[in-house]
Amino acid sequence: MSADLEQARRIVRRGAWLTAIAVAGAAGIYVMALSFTPPDIRQGLAQKIFYVHAPAAWNAMMAFTLVGISSGLYLWLGDPRLDRFAAASAEVGIAFCCVVLTTGPIWGKPIWGTWWTWDARLTLTLFLFFLFLGYIVLRRALLDPLERGRFSAVVGILGMLLVPFIHLSVYFFRTLHPQPILMKPSSPSLPPEMLRTLLTSFGVFTLLYIGFVTLRYGLALALEAQEARRHA
Amino acid sequence: MGSWLRSALAVAAKDVRLELRSKTSLLSGTVFAALVLLIFNFARDPTALSALDLAPSALWVTYAFASIVTLNRGFAVERENAALDGLLLAPLPRGALYLGKYFANFVFVAFIETVTLPLFVLFFNLDLSTSWWGIVLVAFLATAGFLAAGTVFSAMVIRTSFAELMLPVLLLPFMVPPLMAAAEATAHLLGGRPLSEVQGWLRFLALYDVAFVTLCGMTFSFVVDE
Repeated sequence: MSADLEQARRIVRRGAWLTAIAVAGAAGIYVMALSFTPPDIRQGLAQKIFYVHAPAAWNAMMAFTLVGISSGLYLWLGDPRLDRFAAASAEVGIAFCCVVLTTGPIWGKPIWGTWWTWDARLTLTLFLFFLFLGYIVLRRALLDPLERGRFSAVVGILGMLLVPFIHLSVYFFRTLHPQPILMKPSSPSLPPEMLRTLLTSFGVFTLLYIGFVTLRYGLALALEAQEARRHA
Repeated sequence: MGSWLRSALAVAAKDVRLELRSKTSLLSGTVFAALVLLIFNFARDPTALSALDLAPSALWVTYAFASIVTLNRGFAVERENAALDGLLLAPLPRGALYLGKYFANFVFVAFIETVTLPLFVLFFNLDLSTSWWGIVLVAFLATAGFLAAGTVFSAMVIRTSFAELMLPVLLLPFMVPPLMAAAEATAHLLGGRPLSEVQGWLRFLALYDVAFVTLCGMTFSFVVDE
């Protein structure tokens, strides 16, 4: 029992270190973006939010994809580590999704002239957010750990299948009803300074993801060990 | 395959027979759907919004909520007297059990939809003389779609302490693609457009049905087996 707890403590410590490094890196990104990267000619300072927004979005999508994959593997192999990882990844994915959904409108208001628009990508992110919120709520509502693992894995797999359908439906929805958006973000070829900052930001955010997931994984392990001790 | 389908139909027939004896779910589901349609009419300002503009979304929100109310019952009846254990002990492939439950849910929801469609026409003062079969086709495909995941989730949520709340939280994101397709197609059909114009949506719905029924049937055993 205490061996489990000891292992959990080691993992949490490792996660805390990774997170600390990533947070320091995120502070560095701000400095880099604000002082060493030229402002965008058309969007001005508003464009700076992309150094947070885009990497967070990328990590949220990665987190949710990994939930789907590890859910499938969990049902196949039945390894509790996969279940723990899926749960950790879903929670961290939700956190990143929150970042995406708050930074997006902040940028959208000055640039698009509106906080929110039912664009395909925005809609997809919002529904993914709700989908995984449901996933977490279900996990909290189930007491038996084996049942929790199986049920949430099924939701994770079905969620993976849902993503292309949501994407397709919002895409159809828009193509059938073309609505002019005042200004669309084109994908400009970034000048090297901006690209450097953006790529660094991607790296830092991925490290942050790994740190958070490690932390969360360790905490889940500690909780399980504690639970087992109580029942023993 | 024949015996497999026969088992599924036997499960569905059991549920339908049970429901016909008590009629609680069908009756309350129908009344609920009628009330939602009624509320939609009073929530609309007739001078600002024409009935035709609101009709498709009102219809599909009503159908979606009525389905959730009906789905909540699907496995709740199996929990009483541990009836589910009996079903699981029967020599029945899990896929067939899923399909049987799915068929039964489909029969219930289709019944509610059929009964409330004339009310919808009446309340919104619509003319369905040319578009009714298109709308029936859309309703068939969309209902078949969202009941697929709904049947699996309804088996899951009975294990939680607040099933009635848990089901919509889980299911509504899965209802979005079929509902969006159905509401769009219904709007076109009510506007007098030909069926060929909504073919893309119909194909989308059919694809959704096949994909989700298959995957849900495959994963169902993980939900009911210990």
